[in-house]
Amino acid sequence: MADEDLPISPTRPRPPSGRGDLILTVEDLHVSFPAEQGVVKAVDGVSFEVCENEVLGVVGESGSGKTVTALAMLGLLPRTAKLSGSVRFRDQELLNLEEKELRLVRGAEIAMVFQDALAALNPVYKVGSQIGEAIKVHHPEIHRHELRERVVGLLDLVGIPNPADRADQYPHEYSGGMRQRAMIAMAICNDPDVLIADEPTTALDVTIQAQVLEVMERIQDRTSSAIILITHDLGVVAGLADRVLVMYAGRPAELGDVETIFYRSEHPYTLGLLASLPRLDQDEPDVRLHRIKGQPPSLVFVPPGCPFHPRCDFARLPEPCATQIPELRSLDDPSHVAACHFSEEVREKKPEDLRPVVGS
Amino acid sequence: MKARSREDLSSGRAAAAVGSAALAELAHDHAPIEAGAVAGVEPEARSQWQLFWRRFLRHRLAVVAGGTLILLYLAALFAHQIAPYTLNPNLGDPKVLLQARHGPSLHHWFGTDELGRDQFTRVLFAGRISLVVGLSVALVSTTFGTIVGGLAGYVGGLADNFLMRVTDLVLVVPALAILSIAGKASHGSVVTIVLILSVLFWMPIARVVRGVFLSLKEKEFVEAARASGASGFRIMLRHMLPNSIGPITVNATLVVGLAIIAESTLSFLGFGIQPPTVTWGNMLAQSEGSVGTPTAYLIYFPGLAILITVLAVNYLGDGLRDAFDPQSTR
Repeated sequence: MADEDLPISPTRPRPPSGRGDLILTVEDLHVSFPAEQGVVKAVDGVSFEVCENEVLGVVGESGSGKTVTALAMLGLLPRTAKLSGSVRFRDQELLNLEEKELRLVRGAEIAMVFQDALAALNPVYKVGSQIGEAIKVHHPEIHRHELRERVVGLLDLVGIPNPADRADQYPHEYSGGMRQRAMIAMAICNDPDVLIADEPTTALDVTIQAQVLEVMERIQDRTSSAIILITHDLGVVAGLADRVLVMYAGRPAELGDVETIFYRSEHPYTLGLLASLPRLDQDEPDVRLHRIKGQPPSLVFVPPGCPFHPRCDFARLPEPCATQIPELRSLDDPSHVAACHFSEEVREKKPEDLRPVVGS
Repeated sequence: MKARSREDLSSGRAAAAVGSAALAELAHDHAPIEAGAVAGVEPEARSQWQLFWRRFLRHRLAVVAGGTLILLYLAALFAHQIAPYTLNPNLGDPKVLLQARHGPSLHHWFGTDELGRDQFTRVLFAGRISLVVGLSVALVSTTFGTIVGGLAGYVGGLADNFLMRVTDLVLVVPALAILSIAGKASHGSVVTIVLILSVLFWMPIARVVRGVFLSLKEKEFVEAARASGASGFRIMLRHMLPNSIGPITVNATLVVGLAIIAESTLSFLGFGIQPPTVTWGNMLAQSEGSVGTPTAYLIYFPGLAILITVLAVNYLGDGLRDAFDPQSTR
């Protein structure tokens, strides 16, 4: 077999700019589900681009449409879902692709790492045969010995000790962190161009989280694939992502480079999230963490105007926040957009400004 | 008392082993990635099958039942070697006729019938047919039921509705009436009886498999398989079927028992497999007149054979069910 069939292609140099070719474009994606109380607008007009070598972090509370966006890209949503918009992988439109053609994309071009690795691994197969199975889906002609070699190589790559022995064990014999690493090995086994990681560290404790993130970083260095990292952990985003998409109630709230998002947020929701994070480097015992008041809205009854206005500290009511839906707009940096009527005002604030001082 | 304490001891040992396995795993997880030499240190992890066997062996009755069944099948297989007399002696031979209607004795363990044929020999050979019928019906109906139920459960929607309504339809058909009509029309050959019985026994399996597939379909590993580009057929065959092997096996064993009973019923009523082929069912049919007469023993032994076989099959199914259930603590 030729070199190109190796699970992981040899290190490709990263382009100096940090952004490679455009691989995946999502444009104005809408996903809705019929429900008893009405139509659930799970994703409502999301657009973003992912380039080679890039890690896009998608952040938001539970139910903000992160996972649905990911599943929509692979056509994995239930049949009841109504989709519109566009998902383009290189030059191929994925949204109206036949199931048969989609199968060629899944796993080979775009692969997914699931949150709960124990649930996502088939309990009756040894981990090694499961990864082999994922390879065989796209390379049915592969020889048994070569397959085995490749599987062991993959397990080794994701940092599983004694990969040859571990390949013959069942998922329940793995620890949580190893399972997640096996999941990652399975996702990268066909050298996909885009890796969607749906909360890959949420079910893990902090030390194991760090190990898994380290593995993902290493994988990216080796494969130069793009990673879409879905998480609600801003710390994970800060450590790994190049660009960040913040979602709220199925809509994009803010999109920009990770530095920009963290230091010059233009959306009150992003600012609120950042203000709710404990900081170890700023020891201010009198300052409490910020809390975003209220609850995320039901996706059936999204508040009129800006969906965030009932919880927003900057909102002017009723005009314009409760009546007009804010468009994504950029102030000076065209790669940084936020959906807020008062981005200029929000930009002047630091997360610390939102924190209540004890006793005040 | 003694048995229980021994069991407690062994389960305690098992707990200790599990504990040390977890510890080793922990140590493993933190070991440097390059560590390749520590493989031998780790205690042998138990595979799924070892666990299955341990649970099965703890179910005493099921082990005994399994052993009994193996013995019965071996006896049927080697009937020619075991049988003390020939199955079809020359009935005109006065020596044979002189042996007629002898009760159970050392020469004829199960006695002889009104034609002087050895009952033990006949029960042995009849077992061949009855046991083969049971096993074949289980195989055929399980295969068919699994296909129907699997498709209904995986595809869902209209296909599910259609397949399940067909299943319901077959379920409401009065089995015995159909069996007797079809049996009569087919002149009672073994193959046709197997097919007819299979047609009547696939529905419960289809329902069970549909249920299992419906729940498996929602499992994340199925979604993960889809996300890696596996086709629907591949997901069903490679991911869902192996996960439903437990309920399928249990139901298949139970069908073995049901089929043996159904075949006996049918043969007893005269619609099943016809003489000169002997089955336990038509042996019963032939000796029904002996009830209340000195030759009543003719009815005991084929009846006993059916009873033992069906009981054993049921206990085996019971044991398998417990062994397949990972939550089982027995």
